[in-house]
Amino acid sequence: MNKEWPLYEVFIRSRSGLSHKHAGSVHAADDQMALDHARDTYTRRMEGVSLWVVRSDQIVASDPAETSAFFEPAEDKIYRHPTFYEVPDGVENL
Amino acid sequence: MYTQGLDQKGQTSKPAAVEESAEQLAAFQARIDAEEKIEAKDWMPEAYRRTLVRQISQHAHSEIIGMQPEGNWLTRAPSLKRKAILLAKVQDEAGHGLYLYSAAETLGVSRDQMVADLLAGKAKYSSIFNYPTLTWADIGAIGWLVDGAAIMNQIPLCRCSYGPYARAMVRICKEESFHQRQGFEIMLELTRGSDEQKAMAQDALTRWWWPSLMMFGPSDKDSKHSAQSMAWKIKRFSNDELRQKFVDVTVPQAEFLGLKVPDDDLELDEASGHYRYGDIDWQEFYDVLAGNGPCNRQRMAKRQGAHDDGAWVREAAQAYAAKQAAKAA
Repeated sequence: MNKEWPLYEVFIRSRSGLSHKHAGSVHAADDQMALDHARDTYTRRMEGVSLWVVRSDQIVASDPAETSAFFEPAEDKIYRHPTFYEVPDGVENL
Repeated sequence: MYTQGLDQKGQTSKPAAVEESAEQLAAFQARIDAEEKIEAKDWMPEAYRRTLVRQISQHAHSEIIGMQPEGNWLTRAPSLKRKAILLAKVQDEAGHGLYLYSAAETLGVSRDQMVADLLAGKAKYSSIFNYPTLTWADIGAIGWLVDGAAIMNQIPLCRCSYGPYARAMVRICKEESFHQRQGFEIMLELTRGSDEQKAMAQDALTRWWWPSLMMFGPSDKDSKHSAQSMAWKIKRFSNDELRQKFVDVTVPQAEFLGLKVPDDDLELDEASGHYRYGDIDWQEFYDVLAGNGPCNRQRMAKRQGAHDDGAWVREAAQAYAAKQAAKAA
């Protein structure tokens, strides 16, 4: 019985209308304690109206070493951006 | 509360265990030079990782040990208002320690390992917390001077090249300003009070002034590893530059309070606009770092005691979690 408590990542919604944003992490023995610790650690000044905690080992992340290959499919598709298209002078509301 | 240039003297970097090619190192430096942030899983030189682990964990330990000198006055604060404020401040210090441990953990070191290193005396914490808080005025002086020095040092760290550290520092800096102001206000009230209260405020400034200047770490000429930290943009200003800034902003505040800075050599250099200050007793600094300050042993004994006394709580929480998980299965 001498293991470290699991690590949880903490996400805060600062006010309704905004999405949750990563704030940091806490250690806790279980989910409820993770929420309590996240509240005490990251929202002492009313920084949030909602908290998510998720076990860090449950997060699936892309590999930074593979970043360019992984995101490569989007790289050459500049036609996805409105600036790719010609809009002649005099044309409005486009 | 504070991190200090503790490892900039007498420590040589060990050769990296893994092979790091010149191309990798150059690409890394190019990212730094382009002001890109380095994130947890990105490739980084082993020495960069090691420097950060040491600096961030020392910073975290400083926050945790830093609760002790102020905690000393929690039950003796002069009013309910001051007690509530001090309690909130000490709780913030715990929070700062936790943000920083969490930032250091992203570099692959475990929380338990960092705590073990602190308790074994392998990891350092800021020398300032080895001084005693003898009177209530010391709580004012700590907020005003120690947190003031911390802010000076920490604001540039918000732009540190390592993302998780920089983000933790942004959060910390937002909270430090309350710490400094509540300290200054305590000093202000004392200096507006009775002669005894004024004397108490002066005594606190006299004792905390020099240790506060030492918080910025050794002088640049003795700071061997500063250059590498600057190149990596972990550090943005040298120890002496930050110390000078601190003196420049703090001396007028002392004058406002009607208190005397305990430095006979202190004078304003009209040409540069900077205050020239006297020689710092570096022997005292190194003695305190080496474990021979007024309170080193007391601080470590208290930390060890808290760790031991809390062991059953940690174990019980884990046993409860295991039991609940088994029931649910």
